[in-house]
Amino acid sequence: MTKEIKIAEAPPGFEGQGFFATKLEQVIGLARANSIWPLPFATSCCGIEFMATMASNYDLARFGSERMSFSPRQADLLLVAGTIAKKMGPVLKQVYLQMAEPRWVLSMGACASSGGIFDTYSVLQGIDKVIPVDVYIPGCPPRPEQVIDGLMKIQELVKHESLRRRNSPQYKALLTSYGIE
Amino acid sequence: MSAITNEFLLERLNQEFGAKVISAELPYGMLSIVIDPSVIVDMLKWLHEDKILKFRFLTDICGSHYPDLKDKELCVIYHLQSMENNIRLRIKAFLPVSNPEIQTATSVYSSANWMERETYDYYGVIFKGHPNLKRILNVDEMDYFPLRKEYPLEDATRTDKEDQYFGR
Repeated sequence: MTKEIKIAEAPPGFEGQGFFATKLEQVIGLARANSIWPLPFATSCCGIEFMATMASNYDLARFGSERMSFSPRQADLLLVAGTIAKKMGPVLKQVYLQMAEPRWVLSMGACASSGGIFDTYSVLQGIDKVIPVDVYIPGCPPRPEQVIDGLMKIQELVKHESLRRRNSPQYKALLTSYGIE
Repeated sequence: MSAITNEFLLERLNQEFGAKVISAELPYGMLSIVIDPSVIVDMLKWLHEDKILKFRFLTDICGSHYPDLKDKELCVIYHLQSMENNIRLRIKAFLPVSNPEIQTATSVYSSANWMERETYDYYGVIFKGHPNLKRILNVDEMDYFPLRKEYPLEDATRTDKEDQYFGR
């Protein structure tokens, strides 16, 4: 087995014999981006497509998301896949609240993003009505390639996020707009 | 083969309830009667306890809305089955939308509990005497009955879809 192993690129910095100097923010971003633990909140067919993404063919583990976290306490990424009924809205919000900062949200598929074809009295017209969303994946359901693309977009966000972002007044204002303290 | 026939069943119902059975028809071979809503519990009890008929199974209770039928806008539909006789019966009771009240069937069939809650949830039919008449499927805060034809099926609260993209 002489397969070349690809490792994450080092962030920009100063390198010399025996030392490497860079910003702490970037090191942390690098570490976080390559070890995202997603919490799959799957309610319907998008969940099935997500299972394919996790399984060996598409292998989400290559992106550091080996471990699905079924506890919100140990999750970094809330991955909402499927139709969210209005009655499910408060449950979803509670799961989001139980996650520790920093946390990201990925909305997978038309239903989670906008209600999709279910433009009706019982369905939440997009999860961004109850929680803030970082990345939306279109599709009904999206192909695993799209899910991987979405996760890589999340990785980019994570990698370049300022360590101070979660304490910023803008972020607090965003949460307040959702009624989250 | 049914052990008893639709004709026999209808004859028995007419004997017992007379003019309270308003009309009867046989769509696809299933006896379907329209009754006066006031006798519903008596009729269900009688069908349940009759020595021959033995309608012991309540398949379904559902609602329907006919906005054009004056004072008969709402309809509660009961589906019964007699397992022993292998025969089914559909009972319809029409109610005015201004006062949609009917007696609960929970005293005869315990399974009517959730079915009546669902019918209440979607059509606003008040089942008098029901032990726990509240919404079962929709959010508790909902302030209308979504399957009545007076409401648009689309979510009226949404703000993100522009009419021009949806041909409206």
